[in-house]
Amino acid sequence: MFSIGVNYLSMADKTSTLSVRDEFVNLYLNNLDLITEESSELMNHYREEAIQYFRLLGIPSVKNEKYKYSKIEPLFGYDYEKYFAPKKILFNIDDIFRCDIPELDTHLALVLNGFYLPNRANKITELPNGIIMGSLAEASRLYPNMFKGRYNTLAENTTDGLVAMNTAFAQDGVFIYVPRNVVEAKPIQIINLLMSDENQLVQYRNLIVVEDGAQAKVLVCDHTLSPKRFLSNVVTEIFVGRNASLEFVKMQNEHNDSAQITHTYVNQQRDSHLVTNTLTLHGGFIRNNLFVTLSGEGADAQLYGLYLTDRTQHTDNFTYIDHAVPNCTSNELYKGILDDQATGAFNGKILVRRDAQKTQAYQSNNSLLLTADARMNTKPQLEIYADDVKCSHGATVGQLNNEALFYMRARGIGEREAKLLLMFGFVHEVIKKISIDTLRERIDDMVNRRLHGELSRCHNCLMHC
Amino acid sequence: MDEKQDKILSDVTGSEYKYGFVSHIETETIPKGLNEDIIRMISEKKGEPEWMLEFRLKAFRHWQTMEMPHWAHLQIPEINYQDIIYYAAPKQRVSAEGEKEIDPELKATFDKLGIPLEEQKLLAGVAVDAVMDSTSVKTTFRETLAEQGIIFCSMSEAIREHPDLVRKYLASVVPVTDNYFAALNSAVFSDGSFCYIPKGVRCPMELSTYFRINAANTGQFERTLIVADDDSYVSYLEGCTAPMRDENQLHAAVVEIVALENAEVKYSTVQNWYPGDKDGKGGIYNFVTKRGICRGKNSKISWTQVETGSAITWKYPSCILLGDNSYGEFYSVAVTNNHQQADTGSKMIHIGKNTRSRIVSKGISAGQSNNSYRGLVKVLKGAENARNFSQCDSLLLGDKCGAHTFPYLEVDNPSAIVEHEATTSKIGEDQIFYCNQRGLSTEDAVGLIINGYAKEVLNKLPMEFAVEAQKLLQISLEGSVG
Repeated sequence: MFSIGVNYLSMADKTSTLSVRDEFVNLYLNNLDLITEESSELMNHYREEAIQYFRLLGIPSVKNEKYKYSKIEPLFGYDYEKYFAPKKILFNIDDIFRCDIPELDTHLALVLNGFYLPNRANKITELPNGIIMGSLAEASRLYPNMFKGRYNTLAENTTDGLVAMNTAFAQDGVFIYVPRNVVEAKPIQIINLLMSDENQLVQYRNLIVVEDGAQAKVLVCDHTLSPKRFLSNVVTEIFVGRNASLEFVKMQNEHNDSAQITHTYVNQQRDSHLVTNTLTLHGGFIRNNLFVTLSGEGADAQLYGLYLTDRTQHTDNFTYIDHAVPNCTSNELYKGILDDQATGAFNGKILVRRDAQKTQAYQSNNSLLLTADARMNTKPQLEIYADDVKCSHGATVGQLNNEALFYMRARGIGEREAKLLLMFGFVHEVIKKISIDTLRERIDDMVNRRLHGELSRCHNCLMHC
Repeated sequence: MDEKQDKILSDVTGSEYKYGFVSHIETETIPKGLNEDIIRMISEKKGEPEWMLEFRLKAFRHWQTMEMPHWAHLQIPEINYQDIIYYAAPKQRVSAEGEKEIDPELKATFDKLGIPLEEQKLLAGVAVDAVMDSTSVKTTFRETLAEQGIIFCSMSEAIREHPDLVRKYLASVVPVTDNYFAALNSAVFSDGSFCYIPKGVRCPMELSTYFRINAANTGQFERTLIVADDDSYVSYLEGCTAPMRDENQLHAAVVEIVALENAEVKYSTVQNWYPGDKDGKGGIYNFVTKRGICRGKNSKISWTQVETGSAITWKYPSCILLGDNSYGEFYSVAVTNNHQQADTGSKMIHIGKNTRSRIVSKGISAGQSNNSYRGLVKVLKGAENARNFSQCDSLLLGDKCGAHTFPYLEVDNPSAIVEHEATTSKIGEDQIFYCNQRGLSTEDAVGLIINGYAKEVLNKLPMEFAVEAQKLLQISLEGSVG
């Protein structure tokens, strides 16, 4: 059906007893030419320092408080192929993939195994209203001014080995630029496709800039198109300018052998608005790190998350909201249902810095455990150094309310149906925050079917894996 | 308004620590430093049996392999463990008739602290074990208690006279290898209280231990063990103070509680170690391991603490809920002012079926202090129908202090219901305004609001302590408006 270009290299010899850390450092050193060749000078500029930090930090272990509930190390125990140049594909992507939300009209950006997939050979698309979207590598060559002072300024290379690794290895990804005062109603959709006939490690990088007064909606979807083992390590940096607004929806829908670690950093200027919605419907191992810095007064961040996990899936959401200046507001709501042997974790931290007075921050995490083997760890945290603030957090772990169940059953609703209704009601609170109507309806439907145990994931995929 | 508030705040921060005096008592000390010889010396001084020495040496050898933990949200200066005197005891006086008697100066000290050592003078219904530096000075009401079979004595005495009980329960809740400070304590602990309540006995009076650090350059390492046999009940109080000194002193205690079937133990602490001066100089480092185990069915352990003192507090009274239907409670008010730091909270480990726990923590930070709540609620797989409710509120008085909440919830059973909520705020202007309008001065209004805020915890204290604690709150914070 498709063939692969010859441009791939396998990992360093497995015969040696090198640690994962050394293996990757060697991999980097041995392939430095290939990595830098396909990339721009601007991106290459940060690699050397990043690999040094990676050498220092390594892959985080569970002894790292931040990764206490997620075992990252075993993920690197598999053999992965790593590509340092885009694969040549000899098929039409439209034949193999159709979006789950057919009615949704979007500006589409496709990424295949970490490399931007050109739209009719155009690596950059410029919309009439000035919005630029396209390949990160290409954009960094064409628009260095937009990158300077932004690229790699938010990513925490110095504290997280995985981020440093991404900075060292990432060659491409998606770049989105929304110019000043441009209001785009049509969502911009990034679809990350993973397809390979080998196990594969994918590391790419996104940069999203929403200039002052601009408004945009970005939807990120992840799909696996072949039944191989995938490990993605993705860093996204987002800049929201003064008075700008961004809605960032992430839909994670991958198969059970895939693992995804995302690091999303957002910097918000004065009076800006941010809504993020992280919807984890499917995926073997998922770890989302979301860092939001409110660096201008009056900024507002709304973080929502939903995770529906079953079998042996693992979902770990780590959020960090930094109230660096006064008069900002943040609100966070993460909800999830865990079935079978699924495990989940939530770590939410709100930091209110000294002098960040008049801060209002709320955080809530609610989880339902459906079986005896499901497991949830939650760690909501407040770190507050200013006194005139209103901050609260709450966390619950429990099961469906028996009285509510009884109420419904007394009215002739079967037990299974009643449970599903309650679960749906439980998660709908998160879904209803999505402002894109067609998307919300579609997700409602997907969640509904997901709860009914029907695999909504592969519905539109021709692979039927 | 603001100026007035600042003035009130500075009045508060300037308030004197009234237990900061030093008593001039002849004290017997051993050389500074920590090694196996010192441990042998402590053991010998206390006339301990061989097994106890072995216990200490084992702990010490393990301690040497450990590293000081750094995970707490605290700034701890380097502690030189070789620069501490591990044993200091007031010299025993012998009267003309050849009987042991208490140094009048020592008695005066405790009188001044409000802890009279003569039984007739005591508040009715409280038996006291008074500990000065490394040794127990006097335990009151022993005979009355003995009539009911209750053993209440110093730890050293218990090791000599009730070795079977001590061997059975010592380190059964906090193993010697548990953590850095527990290991250190196990190696060098010098005294403490031991209490055993026999089957079916409801202890007729409050038992209490009063800890006093007096000698300079020493550390206090005491160990308390409370065993409540089937169907028994005991309420235990603990208080502590220390002189004002410029250097820091280390206090690393271990408290173990064992509650057997249907037993109930209530442990209350009013911790008022010297907190250091307003520039953060001096004060006690209070690194304490407190843990209880509800070993029997339907047993109950309740921790209540009012933490106002210490330069640094690092303390997590915990309950292991092993027996079915057992119940653990933790009520805490932690106040930090000036440069004090506190990282405190509780652990509730649910193992048995239908176990329940409740955590209510109220933090109040003022000055440049940092106050953290850190807690763990863990529900193991077999803990059917476990139930936990945690509430952690923080009040900030002033814009240079910090209040933090670090709860951990680990749930491994679907029938468990675990809830946690936390809020952080300051006293609202509208609340003050409301009180002002009704004729209360701002200072009184703040006192009223803080007392109301902490009431849920203060109500859990035994009467004698509640009054004391309320006063303490008033002294350390009255009128401080941010």
